Parts: sequence; structure tokens; C-alpha cells
Amino acid sequence: MSRVLLVGVDCSGCSQRALAYAAQAAENAGLQLIVAHVIQWSPFSFNTPQENEERHKRREAELERAHQEIVDPEVTQLRENGLDARGVVRHGHPAETLKAIADEFGVTDIIIGKTGSSRIRAQLFGSVTNSLVQISEVPVTVVP
Amino acid sequence: MSQFRAGCRRILAAAPWCAALPAHAADSLDARIDEAVRPFADAVYGFVFAGFPVAGVDIPFVLVWLIFAATLFTLYFGFINLRALRHGFQLVRGDYSDPTAAGEVTHFQALATALSGTVGLGNIAGVAVAVSLGGPGATFWMILAGLLGMSSKFVECTLGVKYRNEYTDGTVSGGPMYYLSKGLAERSDRLKTLGRVLAVLFAVFCVGGSFGGGNMFQANQSYMQLVAVTGGEQSWLVGRGWLFGVVVASLVGLVVIGGIQGIARVTSKIVPFMAVIYVLAGLAIIAANAPAVPAALAAIVSGAFSPEGVAGGVVGVLFQGFKRAAFSNEAGIGSAAIAHSAVRTGRPVTEGLVALYEPFVDTVVVCTITALVIIITGTWNPSVDPSQGVALTSAAFGSSISWFPWVLTVAVVLFAFSTMISWSYYGLKAWTYLFGESVVSDALYKILFLVFIVIGSSMQLGAVIDFSDAMIFAMAFPNILGIYFLLPVVKKELNDYWSDYRAGRLQKFGRAANRG
Repeated sequence: MSRVLLVGVDCSGCSQRALAYAAQAAENAGLQLIVAHVIQWSPFSFNTPQENEERHKRREAELERAHQEIVDPEVTQLRENGLDARGVVRHGHPAETLKAIADEFGVTDIIIGKTGSSRIRAQLFGSVTNSLVQISEVPVTVVP
Repeated sequence: MSQFRAGCRRILAAAPWCAALPAHAADSLDARIDEAVRPFADAVYGFVFAGFPVAGVDIPFVLVWLIFAATLFTLYFGFINLRALRHGFQLVRGDYSDPTAAGEVTHFQALATALSGTVGLGNIAGVAVAVSLGGPGATFWMILAGLLGMSSKFVECTLGVKYRNEYTDGTVSGGPMYYLSKGLAERSDRLKTLGRVLAVLFAVFCVGGSFGGGNMFQANQSYMQLVAVTGGEQSWLVGRGWLFGVVVASLVGLVVIGGIQGIARVTSKIVPFMAVIYVLAGLAIIAANAPAVPAALAAIVSGAFSPEGVAGGVVGVLFQGFKRAAFSNEAGIGSAAIAHSAVRTGRPVTEGLVALYEPFVDTVVVCTITALVIIITGTWNPSVDPSQGVALTSAAFGSSISWFPWVLTVAVVLFAFSTMISWSYYGLKAWTYLFGESVVSDALYKILFLVFIVIGSSMQLGAVIDFSDAMIFAMAFPNILGIYFLLPVVKKELNDYWSDYRAGRLQKFGRAANRG
């Protein structure tokens, strides 16, 4: 089975170094590259009835926006550079969801940027990068 | 709530700070508002709570109606309230949630939203009243009514999801108005008209209930608690209920009219936190008084069957317990079906099974903790004024944790606020069912809702409580009557689902799947 790379992107224009690193790696080895973005979401949050009523509509809008503004421009760019790239957008806990995407697509390497959170913040709440390194079953490359 | 009424009349004669109130507030805005609304509230109350005397206690028909239905549902569905508890928990935990639906409304979220509409003053003030008037034994009947009420919620919420409207823009609307009209029309042509009539009646009462118990009662009781902690009759707030009302109405207005969902969102996150603090404080007091627990439990059981000094004996105790449970968890009233129907599920019955947890958490857990604290600390007192339920619970917690009344005040105000937000939503759904959706009709309802907040905090003579109880309980008449015709529909859904579950045909996801 061929190797598949997964790169996680945070927001539009962020994670550029991770993207560049992933693109380089994919190009060198002629691998498929998945560009993934996770919309932070928890199944255990507390909502107002109004929010619940509109949830389905908003979810669609969130997915569309993430595709249009964050993932698709990068995928288009990568494809123009001759890479086999595809975009994935999901809701969920960022680290857990990236792992789930990796499982689903048979990803062999995950590349992720270091989050900009301060040390204290990372200590208190944990960072996506740290938790992903802990739970991932494939090698994770953290790009500074 | 006849004891409320009697009690509030007694306030005039006896309770010192309340008695002082009308004296200098006779010409106040508060008094005039109360005077204007009183005859109307009396009429509505008399109609809904028409009762018949049993063993010297006037038992309102609506209560018999609710308990009979809950018992029947429990038997008809083979004690679904008990046998589905484990599976209901698995559903809430997300064991059966398809990960590709991430981002949609989960079972947990629908349950939490519905709970925030019911956990509130009923759990704090109502329980104190029940234990005071019915003795410790009322707790026993309250728990029993809570357990039976779980079956009512199961039926309502299953139907709520099954017959909801899903619009092309992706929003959903559900609740008794829809299952009464669509469900009965599906049964037969003759029932179609009945369904339509019941749906309209339900919607009318729901709008009334949203102004009453979902609004005025909340505003009124949180104002009373605020007055109590700021110095009782000396409080600067005495006679200025309208001012409190204007402040609360402005905040609610920012949310429902201004669309500042941020306030509602913050509240919806603080409220569960407050509820947890409340439960933990209650458990801490119970743990600290552990030696007194066996005696309290004995008093609950013996008081249920051989009460001493309670008007009406066993019937009187039973009445108090059942009434508070019904008021607190709203099982059979139909309100929760509106909140639950936003869930994303292919099987309506799953939401019904999740909804079992609503009366369980609300009544069996939270109300029982309140009751135990009141009984253990010995703060209950048969001669207490029923309108001071919050004050009684406050005193019970305060006797062990001196600063807790302040926390409780914050909790009461927040619970009241979140209940108002929930009910403004329920009421609006019913209103738009009646009058259609338009900017004008929406705005009209919302403005009325705000006006009632001010009215609710201004009235102190019990009219508010009578009116609110009456409107909320009236919802149970059309709701349950229609449900009787729809029971076979729910039975079929349940049987299909349960046999799939038993045979292991339901797909498990996530951690549960990994565990095998």
C-alpha cells in the first residue's frame, strides 16, 4: 500500500510552514497528501434551544466556509504544483479527529504545525499537538 | 397550588415583611398591576384546578390526569423507565452516534438543553414546600412520581422527533403541536379534526404557560429571593419589583430580540455548573450528617404511609409529593418534546430513551437531594409559609454552609433566567404555530413576553403563581389526550428498535466499538 501524508491546517494562511514541509515530502516521494481542517466541536456542550434548532444549518455553513476559506485554496495550489492532494473538513476534538481521519484514509505520516499557544495555556489545557503525538498510531512530524 | 394561594393570603395577615409590604405599597405600581391581573388569574386557576375531595383533601383533576397517564405509559411500555436506563445512558454517552454526524445536535445536547428548562426553582423552592406541607413522606411520592414521569417523557419525546417539521433551510421544529396535528391525521380522517383542535389548544396553553410558569413565576421567585438576601423587609428592593422586572426584561430582550445569543450561551454554560455546585453542596451536607441519614430515610418511608399531622393523611402527603414532581419535571406537559426534537437521529425512539433521564435527574436525583438536606437539617416546619419555598431551602443549606444562601441566590437568578430563555423559545414555537412565522408576529410575542416579566416581578400576592401553574398544567389536557391515540405508533417504533438492539443489529461506534 502506498503511503499517504496528512497535514493539519489551523486557519486560513496559518500552518504555512507545515504545509510547505508536507508538500515537499509528498513531492519528493510521490505521495498522496490530505489537507485536513478540524472545526472545534464537542458532543457534550450545552446549547440554547435556538442554537439546537439551527445547528444543522450552521454545520453545513461551517463546513462550506472551512472548505472555501481554509482547505480548498491550499488543495488547489498543491494540485497546480502537480501533487495528488485532497481536502477534508470535520467537526470534533482536533487531535482525536485528526487521528480518526488518519485511520480512515490509511495515513502513514501526520504533519502538523506547532500551535502558537503559550506555555501556560498548553500546560493548563493541553495542546492539540501534544495530544496528537500521544494518541497517534503513526509517526507525527511537528513543524516548528 | 391552592396551598400557595392560601399561604399568600396568610402573608397579608401574618408574615411580617410581607404584611408590611401592601401597607406602604398600596398605591404602588406593583399593587395596581396585581389588582388588575387578579380576577383573570383566579378564573383561569379555578378552571384548571377544579378538583374533587378525597379524604378531606381537594385533589385537582389535572394531577390525577397526569399520574394516571404516567402509570399507564409505564405499564403499556413494560417499565421502559427502568429497563432502558442502561441503554439510554449509552445513547447519551454517544456509543451509537455515527461519527459522520459530528457537528449535529447530539443526544447529550438535546437532553442538556431540555434539562436546563426544567431544573430550576421547582427543584429548590417546590421541594421545600412539599416537605413542609406533606412532611418527609412527600419525598417518597415525589420520587415515585418522578419515576413514573420518565415514561411520559419517553412517549412525548419519541413523538416529538417522529413528527417534527424539517424545513428546507435545515432548521427543525417539533413538539406536541406537530405530533397532535400530524400524528392524529395519520391515524384516521375523523381524528384529523380532533388533532388539529388539540394542537391549537396546546399551543394556546403553551403560550400562556410561557408567560406564566416559564416567565412570571421565575421572575417573581427570583425577585423574592433577592429581597430576602438583601435584608427582607428592610431591603431597598421592596416595592420595586417592577424595577427588577425591567432589568431582567432588558437582559432577556437582548437575547430574544437583540439576537445577542452570547448572553444565552454564557448562561447555558453557567447553569449546569451551578446545578453541579448545588448537588455537590447538598451531597456534602448529607455526607457531613451521615449518621442522620438512616433516620431521614426511615422518616421518608414511614411518613409516606403513616404521616403525622398532615392534612388529609396519606392522600394529603401523596398529593404534595406528586404535585411538586409534576411541576418540577413537567412530564406529560409536553414542553420538553419541543426542546428534544432538534436532535439528529434516524430513530425517533432513541431520543425518547434519552429523555428518560430528564425526570430522573430532575426529580429522582436533584429533588431528592434537596429534600434530604431539608429533612436532615430539620429546617422544615409545617407552619411555614409556602410562598417562601426558596427561603426555606436557603435556610436549610445556610444552616450547614453559612455563605451558601448567596450562592443559592445567584443560582436561583440564573436558573430563572435560563428557564425564561427556554420557555420564550417554547412559547414562540407555539405562537408561530398559531399565527404563522413573520417578523411582526415574532416581535409581538417577544414584546409580550418581556412585558410579562415586569408584571411577574411586580405581583406579590400569589396571583402570579396561580396563573402560571394553571397555564402550564392546562397543557397536559390536550397533550395527553392526543398521546392516547398515538400510543400504538410509539409501541411499534419501540418494538422495532428494541428488537434491533437486542439482536445486536445497531451499529456501535467509537470507543464502544473498539471495546467490542
